[in-house]
Amino acid sequence: MADPETPKAVPAARSDRSPWNWLLLIPIVLPVLTPLFNHDSPRLWGFPAFYWLQFLFILVGVTTTSIVYQMTKRR
Amino acid sequence: MGDHVTEIVIFTLLFLLVSGMGFVAARWRAPKDMEHLDEWGLGGRSFGGWITWFLVGGDLYTAYTFVAVPALIFGAGAAGFFAVPYTIVIYPLFFLILIRLWSVSHRHGFVTPADFVRTRFDSPTLALLIAITGIVATMPYIALQLIGIEAVLKTMGVTGDSVLARHAPIIIAFAILAAYTYQSGLRAPALIAFVKDTLIYIVILVAVIYLPYKLGGWGSIFDAAEAKFTASPNPNDGITLNANNQLQYITLALGSALALFLYPHSITGVLASKNRNVIKRNMSALPAYSFLLGLLALLGYAAIASGVKPLPGATEGTVDSNTVVPLLFDMQFPAWFAGVAFAAIGIGALVPAAIMSIAAANLFTRNIYKEYLRKDATNAQEARVSKITSLVVKVGAVACIVFLDPQFSIDLQLIGGIIILQTAPAVALGLFTRWLHRGGLIAGWAVGMAMSMWMLWQIPNPANGKAHFGGSAFPLSDFGFDTKRTIYVGFVTVIVNLLVAVIVTFILRATKTPDGVDGTTQDDYFADEGDPRVDQDVAAAVDHKSST
Repeated sequence: MADPETPKAVPAARSDRSPWNWLLLIPIVLPVLTPLFNHDSPRLWGFPAFYWLQFLFILVGVTTTSIVYQMTKRR
Repeated sequence: MGDHVTEIVIFTLLFLLVSGMGFVAARWRAPKDMEHLDEWGLGGRSFGGWITWFLVGGDLYTAYTFVAVPALIFGAGAAGFFAVPYTIVIYPLFFLILIRLWSVSHRHGFVTPADFVRTRFDSPTLALLIAITGIVATMPYIALQLIGIEAVLKTMGVTGDSVLARHAPIIIAFAILAAYTYQSGLRAPALIAFVKDTLIYIVILVAVIYLPYKLGGWGSIFDAAEAKFTASPNPNDGITLNANNQLQYITLALGSALALFLYPHSITGVLASKNRNVIKRNMSALPAYSFLLGLLALLGYAAIASGVKPLPGATEGTVDSNTVVPLLFDMQFPAWFAGVAFAAIGIGALVPAAIMSIAAANLFTRNIYKEYLRKDATNAQEARVSKITSLVVKVGAVACIVFLDPQFSIDLQLIGGIIILQTAPAVALGLFTRWLHRGGLIAGWAVGMAMSMWMLWQIPNPANGKAHFGGSAFPLSDFGFDTKRTIYVGFVTVIVNLLVAVIVTFILRATKTPDGVDGTTQDDYFADEGDPRVDQDVAAAVDHKSST
């Protein structure tokens, strides 16, 4: 990039590569495995497993994306 | 309608409050020069973490979602809960995609996904197809937001006999919305989203604690739902999935997740954020809305448990199941709280409707007007055309609801979700690789679109007696498989689209067909806040450099 105003803006090749990114696969795969959670019991606070497990997967998603963000953010 | 007076008064007051905010928004974080598409259409590309969270949350989780998902659960049970896995999968899936899209758009000043495709693949034709797909998919989505408001108005008894009387409140609401969007651009929905989402969060949290208390706990709510589904003749309802609808559940969740961030209005929300970290942080903050949506979905069961009977639909003998949540609030809560809930849904329709009309207007301006009608348009002209187009788009959406059967908009939105998926190979994959040939992408798009239409045409809906466009669950037996399983149409057609794109790419490479010049460089995909922007005249130099 030839930009006369900000020559220092182009450091060595940047990249989003990080082994932490693999964690993102967990919340993509988990909700797709219906045999894992397609059950009525055990119930939790009256919620069938089908529902509370999927609510739990939301937390899994939040946790993994937060970890990946913290580990890959630019300082 | 005497007993609904409190509800109507609260609804109207809150509605007027946000309308006022919409007009004031033009002066919020005031730009130096509003006569630029970056300012009017993207809020100056300056939104931080909180604003982006409210804006994108208000954009993705629309009023229609909030009435339609519980309605689906009310009618079919577990199958309607796909909205939760859908909104779990979406964030990790798009985590790495959106930051690349933001970077390349920041560097090149792209406003729409079609802008990116045009530069990346050097193909105005492909960009035009992407833009038209985006506009066609978005229009019915805007119309559906009106259905969300209408469900609330119906419950409050604000309905008249003539066509005009019945739709007058919606026409007034949209006229106000159109006026402040015209004036304030993306800043209006960004500011209103704060009120909308705060109201929604309060309403839902109260509802999920108070309703089980009144109805004997969540356990008995689920039991009541199970009893209803056991008694119904439909084999595919129930509070868990059965052997035949699991594949549909998974593919619908995955396909919808892939589609949602390809919609122009979602991309508008993402591009308005100020840097990459804001986007990454929001990928872990936005699931708060998924939690809310899951809880709200379960209100469909609460409606079963409290014996809600949906109001009659537009045509004789049908019911409007979208009214179940409003009716539930009307039935179980004091009038003032129901009024707040109705306002939350009503205002909830305004935020996405505003962003969608802005996104559609930007597509028209950047990829049709500037590309084909007026190549030398200035920034100020672009902004003006976009503002006017946003008005036209809203008039179109209101006309759809007033003059056509609302079912038509619902059908179109179903199609919209599937056709927007056909832009995935060019927009999402295109961010990572330029291997696919522009001709291959066009061929894949065409085949994907044609096949989507054919498959949707085949699907009947026995529940309302429609022979075509009855849903998105395609019976695999129609492909000759000996099974009762169904699959989501979009999932199949996007795979076929990609296969065709790959095959045609091989052919075009073998025949040495030119595939244009990539206007982006590798480094563009990692640019961040503060990195230099490529202006119009510098772009030529970069084009030249990257081609060598």
